Amino acid sequence: MNLEQLRKIRERAAKELNLRSGKARVKVIVGMGTSGIAAGARDVLAAFLDEIGKRELTDIIVTQSGERGLASSEPVVEVHLEGKPTVVYGHVTPELARRIVSEHLVNGNPVTDHVIEVRE
Amino acid sequence: MRTRLDVLICAGAACLSAHSAAVRDALAREIEAHGLSDEVRIVETGCMGPCELGPVMLVYPDGAFYIHVTPEDAAEIVEEHFLKGRPVERLLWTTPEARRIAEQRKQVPFFAKQRKVVLKNCGLIDPENIEEYIATDGYAALGKVLTEMTPTAVAETIAASGLRGRGGAGFPTGKKWGFVAGAPGPEKYVVCNADEGDPGAFMDRALLEGDPHAVLEGMAIAAYAVGANHGYIYVRAEYPLAINRVEAALAAAHRMGLLGNNIMETGFSFDIEVRMGAGAFVCGEETALIASLEGHRGQPRPRPPYPAVEGLFGKPTLINNVETFGNVRHIILNGADWFRSIGTESSPGTKVFALSGKVVNTGLVEVPMGTTLRELIFEIGGGIPDGKEFKAVQTGGPSGGCIPAEYLDTPIDYESLQELGSIMGSGGMIVMDADNCMVNLARFFLEFTANESCGKCIPCRVGLPAMLEILQRITRGDGRADDIDKLERLGKTIKTASLCGLGQTAPNPVLSTLRYFRDEYEEHLVGRCRAKECTALIRYWIDPEACRGCDQCRRACPVGAIAGTPGNPPYAIDAEACVRCGTCREVCPFGAVEILDRR
Repeated sequence: MNLEQLRKIRERAAKELNLRSGKARVKVIVGMGTSGIAAGARDVLAAFLDEIGKRELTDIIVTQSGERGLASSEPVVEVHLEGKPTVVYGHVTPELARRIVSEHLVNGNPVTDHVIEVRE
Repeated sequence: MRTRLDVLICAGAACLSAHSAAVRDALAREIEAHGLSDEVRIVETGCMGPCELGPVMLVYPDGAFYIHVTPEDAAEIVEEHFLKGRPVERLLWTTPEARRIAEQRKQVPFFAKQRKVVLKNCGLIDPENIEEYIATDGYAALGKVLTEMTPTAVAETIAASGLRGRGGAGFPTGKKWGFVAGAPGPEKYVVCNADEGDPGAFMDRALLEGDPHAVLEGMAIAAYAVGANHGYIYVRAEYPLAINRVEAALAAAHRMGLLGNNIMETGFSFDIEVRMGAGAFVCGEETALIASLEGHRGQPRPRPPYPAVEGLFGKPTLINNVETFGNVRHIILNGADWFRSIGTESSPGTKVFALSGKVVNTGLVEVPMGTTLRELIFEIGGGIPDGKEFKAVQTGGPSGGCIPAEYLDTPIDYESLQELGSIMGSGGMIVMDADNCMVNLARFFLEFTANESCGKCIPCRVGLPAMLEILQRITRGDGRADDIDKLERLGKTIKTASLCGLGQTAPNPVLSTLRYFRDEYEEHLVGRCRAKECTALIRYWIDPEACRGCDQCRRACPVGAIAGTPGNPPYAIDAEACVRCGTCREVCPFGAVEILDRR
């Protein structure tokens, strides 16, 4: 191994450690209460993780929360972008999750037709 | 799919012995059962520090810190937290004073006051995964010195940083490297002293277990600086986990060409072997360690010649402690000025301490030099349990001394501790409260050093048992009027006349307790132990007013020394038959059993 190869391993391995740094530009919170799970939140969460993994985005944390009372809109997903108002999506499907990643998380344009709440 | 949660389970020796491996297995089963295997990753790490609370577990990215986790908790944690995002609050670490939920690592005072440099990776990365080490800039410092720096520049950088030996004596590390580099001869050695022998100290073990590559990298950088191609890690055989992890790390580094021949294609070669010691305390002394490495009996020899000139197999040898090597890569990467910005003028950097004894948060802590004893014991350590009063702290293990309450605001560095009659030592810190007898403490440490004396020089071999005999006599209540003077005279003589560090420091616990707690010695001479710890000087007594005749003490007494009839108080203890084990006092629900002076 030479220095260049060491650098490459570091870059690859550093992404794996990103979760533990506590630093993230974006936080995606998937509502995983009982009704959320019943409405398909597991698949939505998996779609987020898959899409983010495919695009090799390292500054996004995907996490879950419990029930928040919006049972009729489940699955519910919150997106926190640094310095921007919090955007809440309702009736999220795996397909919509992938759109949120590309349009909102990457390009910064919320998928407006599925937004159910915007909080400062 | 990308990992969503990193579950860091402490696999340090303390948590392993609290069955963290069973917790890991149970969690893995539950994660599998919930179909979360792709999203949740379990990582076994080195010691996280708060050993008292083990098995401990840290979940990222939330930073939820779980304590006392059992395999039975696994299902709930996975179902509630990993699946639904609701941390199981009853298992989270709560601060004793506020009982509030500590959600972020930085909110736990135990961590907030610390400054992790050497232990940065301990508890964060998987010590058996070299790629995780590389991800934290691992081996980048070695790459830097091999491609950009001359050996002289490396030694000069370490010298400029002001790093001092973390094994205890505090000798300037850069100076030592310079001596070995300047010693003539083509063959030289680098030795890592991992013979950690102080009772209650486990800093080196934790680093070797939690971040073994950091030590290997430090040794390789040192080898380049002094011109050595072979290294040894001398570690005690009773550290099997540390040995396993180091062996695994060595194998991984060899496989990747980061150790061995032609490292990183630069032409520099360095390999390391692990040598196990049999646990003799004296082998932490460098000349005894070298003798043991060579296959001889572990005994010291007079210096000079110093190992830098004539060491292992008669060749120039650099010996540094585990923690010292652990600092090296950070200094190379961040520079000497950065290192000097931490700690104090004469003692830059941080120091790792093993907190134990009468303190709420026992475990491993790393703080900048110059942190006061009060901050360390009361803020990070959480103070004394059960609202008791702080009495003294023993620093430096059996070679150190005790420091009383009036010096709690002393900033910790090599010089300040020495002025107080103690030493920095390797970093053991034993906290004592009013229930600890200082004479008995001195006896305990002297018993240890008298046993561990190698027998080569007379002051240590004959002097320590003589001191021990006097101390045993005093704690038995048979002390003589001139015993205190004798102890002082003997102690000073042994310190001056002994051959090596063992004898030169062994009287410290006695001399320092005599300095600060002389009145306790004097009280023992008249038959009183104020801490009520010396069993020969106390008796147990049942307060007839408080006794309710519940019969618990009589049933618990192992020697049948308590008489009485159930429901018909008071009970009474036969002082002659009583062995003063204290069981009756522990079981009495009414606090009726008291400890009195024997006479």
